[in-house]
Amino acid sequence: MTGSGLSARAGFWIALLLLVAALVAAFGIGRLPVGLGEALRVIVARLTGGTADVAPTVETVVLAIRGPRILAAVLIGAALSVAGTAFQGLFRNPLVSPDLLGASSGAALGAVVGIYANLGVIGIQAAAFTGGLAAVAAVYAIGSRLGRHDPMLVLILTGVVIGSLLGAGVGLMKYLADPYDQLPAMTFWLLGSLAAAHRLDLAALGIPVGAGTLALVLLRHRMNVLSLPDEEARALGLPTGPLRLAVIVAATLVTSAAVAAAGVIGWVGLVVPHVARFLVGPDFGRLVPVAALLGAGYLLLVDTVARSAASVEIPLGILTAVIGTPVFIWLLAGAHRSWS
Amino acid sequence: MLAAEELSFGYRGRPVGTGLSLALRPGEVVALLGPNGGGKTTLLKTLIGLLPPIAGGITLDGTAIERLAPRERARAIGYVPQAHGGSFAFSVLDAVLMGRTAHQGLFAAPSRRDRAAAGAALDRLGLGALAARPVTEISGGERQLAMIARALAQEPRLVVLDEPTASLDFGNQGRVMAEIRALGAAGLGVLFTTHDPNQARRFADRAVLIRAGREVGAGPVDRVLTRASLEALYGAPVEIVGGGASEPTAFLPGTPAPSRS
Repeated sequence: MTGSGLSARAGFWIALLLLVAALVAAFGIGRLPVGLGEALRVIVARLTGGTADVAPTVETVVLAIRGPRILAAVLIGAALSVAGTAFQGLFRNPLVSPDLLGASSGAALGAVVGIYANLGVIGIQAAAFTGGLAAVAAVYAIGSRLGRHDPMLVLILTGVVIGSLLGAGVGLMKYLADPYDQLPAMTFWLLGSLAAAHRLDLAALGIPVGAGTLALVLLRHRMNVLSLPDEEARALGLPTGPLRLAVIVAATLVTSAAVAAAGVIGWVGLVVPHVARFLVGPDFGRLVPVAALLGAGYLLLVDTVARSAASVEIPLGILTAVIGTPVFIWLLAGAHRSWS
Repeated sequence: MLAAEELSFGYRGRPVGTGLSLALRPGEVVALLGPNGGGKTTLLKTLIGLLPPIAGGITLDGTAIERLAPRERARAIGYVPQAHGGSFAFSVLDAVLMGRTAHQGLFAAPSRRDRAAAGAALDRLGLGALAARPVTEISGGERQLAMIARALAQEPRLVVLDEPTASLDFGNQGRVMAEIRALGAAGLGVLFTTHDPNQARRFADRAVLIRAGREVGAGPVDRVLTRASLEALYGAPVEIVGGGASEPTAFLPGTPAPSRS
C-alpha cells in the first residue's frame, strides 16, 4: 500500500501510459510527423529483415534521426531514475541523486578535457565515461578508508569534496579553452543534450546503461532491507558490504555512460524517484520498475520539448531544472508521506 | 543454544566488558539488566554476531558464531533493535516481509511461502488488520509488535530484543511483554534487556545483571533480583512495596518522598 490513496497497480499503469504518450509525441512531433504504428512497423521490419511499406524518408527519420534519439532518451531517463531510486535508498536521504559520488563531475571533467583535446564525439564520450568511473572509484577508495562509525555519511562527504575539486578542474579547462570554438561546445555539453544522439555509438551507451540498470532492477527486492541502518540489515541476514558496492558500481556505470552520451542531465535521478514513490509507495520491488517507466517517459517528453519548442535546441539540463525545482518543492511541502 | 564463554566485547580498541559467560536455551526467557552505559546493547550486538568478540568465544549450537554467514545467523536468531531506524514509510506487511531476507535468494521477489510466514507472524501478534498501514502511522506499541513480528518471520530459534519496552506507554509495555513471554512458552529462546526489574521478575525465567561490562549476578529471577542486588547493581536505593521482604510484589526506585500531609 502506498499511503497516498493510489493502488500500486494504478501507479504502474499511469507510468506506462506516460511512456506511451511520450513515444507518440516524440515520433509525431517534428518536421516530418511519424505515427507510433508507422514507426513500430519500420522498427519491426528492420529487426525481421522485411519491408515496412512506408516512404523512404519516414524510414530514415525513424531509423537514423528520431529513433536513436528516442532510444537514447528512454534508456538514459530510465537508467538515471533507477540509479537515483537505488541511491536514495542506499544513502537513506531524499536529496540524493545518482551522481552523489562524483560520477557527473568526473564525467564532466573527462568530457571538457576531450573537447579541449579535439577528440571528436566518440573520443569525448569515452573520456567522459572514464572520468566518471575514475571519480567514483577515487571517492570510494578515499571514503572507505576514512569511514569508521558512519561509512555512508563519510562517503557522501567525500563525494561532495571530490566533486567540487573536479568542478574546479572543469573551470580550469573552460578558462583554457578556445573561446570561439571549444568554450561554446563545453558549455552546451555541460548543459546536457541529446542532439548528437544519432552520431553516438549507441552500443557504447546501451551496454553499460543496460547492464547497470538490469543489475539494479534485479536487486530491487533487497533494497528495502538495504535502506535500513547497516546493523539492522545485517541482523536480518543481508550481506550489506558486497551489496552496497554492487549498487554503487551499477549506478556509477549507468550515470557515467549517460553523462558521457548526453552531457550533464540533472534532476531526473533526483525527482523521478520521488514521483514514483508518490505513485506506488516506498516498496522497492514495485518502485524500481515504475521509476524506470516514469523516467523514460519523462526524459523523452522533455527532450521532445527541447528539440521542438524553439527554433534552436533548448539544453536538456535547463528544462529538467526548470521542471524539477517546483516539482521537488511541492513534494517536500508534504504532499506525500513516503519519507518518515 | 547460544553460549558465550569468557567473552570480552566492545569496539576495536575500546573494550566495554570482559569475562562474561552466558547461555540462552530454547524455551527460556532471560532478562539482561544493568545501568545505562554498562554495555548491554554492545553485548547483544556481539552475541548475535554484529560485532566481533575481542576475546573469548560465542557458539550457536556448537558452531562459532563468526564462522556463520549472515543469512545462517539470521535464520537462527531474530533481532529487535532498540530503535527502528528506517527512513521510508513501508507498510507493516512490507516491513515484516523484510524478516524473510535470510530465506530469499539475491534476486528473488517475496514468494508465497514468504508471504505466508509474514502473514502468520502478523496474526500471531494480532496485527493482521494493520498489514497495509504505513509503519510511520501506527502507534509505538504497534510498531514494536511489528518489529517482533519481523523477527518471527525469520523463523528463528532465538529472539534477542534490545529494550523492547523503552518509550512505550504503560499499557503497551504489558502487551509487548506478554507477547515476549508467549515466545518463550512457544519454545523460543528469548533474551531481552530492560531497565525495569519488575518486568524481568514478572516475565523472565532468569536474569543476568551487568555492571560496567561485568556480570554481577545471574540465575533464576526470584533469587537474583533482590533489594540488595539491585541497590548494588544501580548504586542507588531501592524499596520493596507490597507482599513482604521474602516475597516482594514490586521494586520501586529511590527513596519515598517526604510525607505531604
